[in-house]
Amino acid sequence: MRLQPLNRFPIHSLPLGGSQEAVMDSLSLKIFFQLTLGGVIVGSIYGLIALGFVLIYKASDVVNFAQGELMMLGAYICYYMITTYHVPFVPAFLITLLFSAVFGILIELLILRPMLGKHVFSIIMVTVALATLLRSLVGLFWGHDTYRFPAPFSDKAIRFFGLSILPVELTTVLTAVGLFILFYLFFKYSNLGLAMRATAFDQKYAFLMGISVKKIFSLSWILASVVASIGGVFLASISSLQTTMSFIGLKVFPAVVLGGIDSVAGAILGGLIVGLTENLAGGYLSKFFGSGVKELSAFFILLIVLMIKPYGLFGKKEILRV
Amino acid sequence: MGCGRCKTSYRDDIKIFQTGFVKFWLTVLVATLLVFPFVASPYLLYTVNLCGIAIIGALGLNILSGYTGQISLGHAAFIAIGAYTSTILSLRLGIPFWASLPLAGFVSAISGLIIAIPCLRLRGLYLAIATFAFHFIVEYIIVHWNGLTNGTGGLTVPEASLFGLAINSDRKIYFLLLFLVFCGAAFAKNLFRTEAGRAFIAIRDNDISAEIIGINITKYKIRSFMLSSFYAGIAGGLYAVTLSFIGPEHFTFLMTIEYLAMVLVGGVGTIAGTVFGAVFMTLLPEGIRLLKDAFSHDYPFLVTRMADLQASCYGIVIILFLIFEPTGLFGIWIRVRNYWKGWPYSY
Repeated sequence: MRLQPLNRFPIHSLPLGGSQEAVMDSLSLKIFFQLTLGGVIVGSIYGLIALGFVLIYKASDVVNFAQGELMMLGAYICYYMITTYHVPFVPAFLITLLFSAVFGILIELLILRPMLGKHVFSIIMVTVALATLLRSLVGLFWGHDTYRFPAPFSDKAIRFFGLSILPVELTTVLTAVGLFILFYLFFKYSNLGLAMRATAFDQKYAFLMGISVKKIFSLSWILASVVASIGGVFLASISSLQTTMSFIGLKVFPAVVLGGIDSVAGAILGGLIVGLTENLAGGYLSKFFGSGVKELSAFFILLIVLMIKPYGLFGKKEILRV
Repeated sequence: MGCGRCKTSYRDDIKIFQTGFVKFWLTVLVATLLVFPFVASPYLLYTVNLCGIAIIGALGLNILSGYTGQISLGHAAFIAIGAYTSTILSLRLGIPFWASLPLAGFVSAISGLIIAIPCLRLRGLYLAIATFAFHFIVEYIIVHWNGLTNGTGGLTVPEASLFGLAINSDRKIYFLLLFLVFCGAAFAKNLFRTEAGRAFIAIRDNDISAEIIGINITKYKIRSFMLSSFYAGIAGGLYAVTLSFIGPEHFTFLMTIEYLAMVLVGGVGTIAGTVFGAVFMTLLPEGIRLLKDAFSHDYPFLVTRMADLQASCYGIVIILFLIFEPTGLFGIWIRVRNYWKGWPYSY
């Protein structure tokens, strides 16, 4: 109750992509394309976070409300490496990934493993509590100031067809696309990927077929945590580093609900759609509804999807008529 | 005390005060509570008032989440609606407190109805996400509807008066709260001895079976939502009067987490547990403050980061209770009681 405003409204705002003046003095069609491009950039980050969320949900039926916090933590660790130990960006990035892998295992072992088989209320609450804990711990150690993230990308926008994109944004989109392809191949061809799919399909039968379900749970947390920190580092490079970036994690819900909560492809597509909607709503509707409409549009999508198609575009339909 | 007591009728079994022993100690408790405001320091009284508000709000959440099994992550939004409704009604329309407080409850209940209708199709996780989205939409409206809520500037709550008696001191608020907490707890306790309450529990335990035995799930889910948000609205109205200033920063998602923690720490689906949990979670920040004062010499940064310290304690407490003591404080209480009942032959 007597709390400081931890999440004062505006959820971390993201740039529209490219330099602003290029947007302002062009034709309306160009504005549209620039907004779309910005939406794709933001959407690919949402997609990355949503991907981690879906990996955990598919493997272990755990709804991870702490996905945004894992992302934030990754970015802070990377920042800490670079500024305190003066590690160059690339090694620092790799150390961050290693750290998040270890952290993912620890969370799974210490917090989620004891919760196995508990009621969904308890599981949701344990991740909500984990999210609160991580966010406040980061706040305790680093404070709530905004830091400029020391990423080695140039500030010069790349121009093509009259649109402009910053190198860091381009790298983000390419990394996201690369990761999506990698995950597709992983699930399609590798043994581990098949084992994960089997576990997601039916835990009991997967167990009977000799798959170590425990290992799959740990693996899903590792992958989710690593993917989240990749997203976090890129997000911090695009905008800036601050604790409110964890609220980007909330955008995971519109994205995954839209795509179908247990579908990897759905998560990515959902992330892109949410990013696009937000950016276009921010560009065209904020005149009428004020600046917050950008953040809110995602939640409106969420409520509408839940009302008309609760299992999303690609989700598995559990038929319940109650 | 409880040894060898044999219940011979169903009436005996559902009695609220099962033994004379319980009645005796409850009388002592009530007497203590009546004397308390005359001996307590103003700060302690204020903290206890916050406990009372927390009990009312947490009872509402426990009715919905604990007894009906509908996970709500939007409780702070309902409390905010209650607080803003009562404040705006008395500030803009000059409606007296005795009317604005129940109206706050009703407006909150109506908003509960609005969110309940789309949520009827949803269960578990999806319901949690939908109520979560509802929270952010309410927060957005509060921040952006400047004309009504004064946005981030907040509103100063006018002094409340009840039948000519101005409620202007913590002591008067205390007695008002004591009465309302008693009514709220008694109503909730009795609710679960009636048909409606039993229907809520049946929906929680197995909704398909509940439907089969003839419970109209839609009707009861809506009732549970409305009742829960009515409690939240009343808690919000009282919160506004106690704080005498409200702004969007009072009703963040952390407040929802705090209330969920009360329910979980106290004991899901118990009335006594809700009271324990609400008191525990309200006193926890005070404990943290003492700890902070003890350590702030060596770690001066703690002073400026009190909010983070508090939030991390909420997180740790919830996680530890969920893992090690899922029945909450109520479960511990029952265990201790049963141990002493049979002492020294506790096996």
